[in-house]
Amino acid sequence: MAIDREQLLHVAHLARLELREEEIQRLEGQLNDILDAVSKVSELDLSDVPPTSHPLEVVNVLGDDEPRPCLPVEEALANAPEREGDFFRVPPGGGG
Amino acid sequence: MTAPPEWELVVGLEVHVHLKTRTKMFCRCALEYGAAENTHTCPVCLAHPGALPVPNARAIEMTILLGLALDCEIAERAVFARKNYFYPDLPKGYQISQYEAPLCGPGRFLLPTEEGDREIGIVRAHLEEDAAKTVHAGGTTGRSVGADYSLVDFNRGGTPLLEIVSAPDLRSADEAMSYLRLLRQTIRELDVSDADMEKGTLRADVNVSVRRAGEEGFRPRWEIKNMNSFRFIGRAIDAAFRQQVAAHEAGEEVAQSTYDYDDTTDRLTVHRSKEEADDYRYFPEPDLVPVEPPAELVERLRGQVREQPGDRIRRLAGKLGFASAEELVVTGNEWKAEALAAEGLEWKTAAAVAMNRGDFLPENAPALARIVDANLTREALDEAFAAAADGPIDPEDYLLRTALGDEDALAPVIEAVIAAHPEQAETYRGGKEGVLGFFVGQVMRETQGKADPKVVNQLLREKLQRG
Repeated sequence: MAIDREQLLHVAHLARLELREEEIQRLEGQLNDILDAVSKVSELDLSDVPPTSHPLEVVNVLGDDEPRPCLPVEEALANAPEREGDFFRVPPGGGG
Repeated sequence: MTAPPEWELVVGLEVHVHLKTRTKMFCRCALEYGAAENTHTCPVCLAHPGALPVPNARAIEMTILLGLALDCEIAERAVFARKNYFYPDLPKGYQISQYEAPLCGPGRFLLPTEEGDREIGIVRAHLEEDAAKTVHAGGTTGRSVGADYSLVDFNRGGTPLLEIVSAPDLRSADEAMSYLRLLRQTIRELDVSDADMEKGTLRADVNVSVRRAGEEGFRPRWEIKNMNSFRFIGRAIDAAFRQQVAAHEAGEEVAQSTYDYDDTTDRLTVHRSKEEADDYRYFPEPDLVPVEPPAELVERLRGQVREQPGDRIRRLAGKLGFASAEELVVTGNEWKAEALAAEGLEWKTAAAVAMNRGDFLPENAPALARIVDANLTREALDEAFAAAADGPIDPEDYLLRTALGDEDALAPVIEAVIAAHPEQAETYRGGKEGVLGFFVGQVMRETQGKADPKVVNQLLREKLQRG
């Protein structure tokens, strides 16, 4: 499996990344190296092995439904690029 | 040449409800409807770097409880997944949802109808987090298109959201609404959500396609997202049916897309094309370990699933007819009818009172049954039911206030009222029976609300017709 230029540009668009031509070429090589490395796994017969969703053996790490203090509104908004009243103000519609 | 078979409507619903937990899905910020903006946030639900989510144990229990009521397979191992997309109401750049391994797998929902049960397949029920609330400001329409900027309130961001996906088994707008109403009642009775469309704690995405009767498989569907009114859901389904049938018959291509319903034109317009939008690159959420619901938890929750509202519609239909039974159950008014009928009130009367009167304390049922049976003035009934909502009532306080049903006493009042309004009387005789309500009102005023409306109605009709 290899990634081509078109797929690379698609993924970059989904991540909202603007890439220069030399970056496209470098990343295409790097991403294909990564895919090659990972695909070594498929040399093994893994038909009986369930996919790993997490490296830890732990399950059921849950929290009780008990409220804890929230941030004061000034702290919550401290990093807002722009604010209006106590709202975060953002470009219209968003990046949908 | 024979005509092609009739068109058949195919509908599936994705229903989202806010779970009634005290705190959010992945952090312990308190949930409070209508709180001042951005006062219920923390590093987790604002997506500050390094903050880690912890799933809400209660939300997981509620999801399993609903799954059991829908006869779903409960997962032995459920996994949270990231659904990646950019939107300002989603600060992480992904929503934590479930994809390949939801908590609740295939199930079924029995929908009682006049002709017997319809089985609606449940594809899955999974747990995710709601997005924040966005207010679009400036512009002209108040919608995102044309707005100058958006304002975001993160209080709702991270609210536990349960999504119930039905199979495309619904065959009419009415059936889709019956399903939605009964599902809402099931959810409310399990006490996992208020499921209130007006407050936004219940929303539905509607998938609609059409096919020729007898046709196998499905044609491309339209998805109508975030519907928050029962009436518009019904109208949007009918509009989609009309538009798709017209397109197929004209030989036009019907593409799979997301559509918006415009109630002013009663038409659907394309929102965005599905192909370009749906590339969410789901993968297992690395910040969370899997959930393996312990067998004893599932069994304990199974014990909490009581008689389903659908079962009660079937039981009551024998006494009341299907339509009244369904209305009583899906509006949550049936316990009142049951309580009054248990005190000896006739079932049909009990059902009418339950639908038309507000809630009362169950301990007042015996008193109210006597009061309803006693033919009291409307005023006395109103007062009795108002008091019965707040505390214990004594029927003797009301029983003496019987309605004036004596024809000989009422006749002169009615004649005087008719004589005083000759124009309205002429209107009535001209066939506009709606004006009768005006005369009833006048008689009620003359008798200080004491007249028995049934007798007044009957006498008015007689005397007006006689002219």
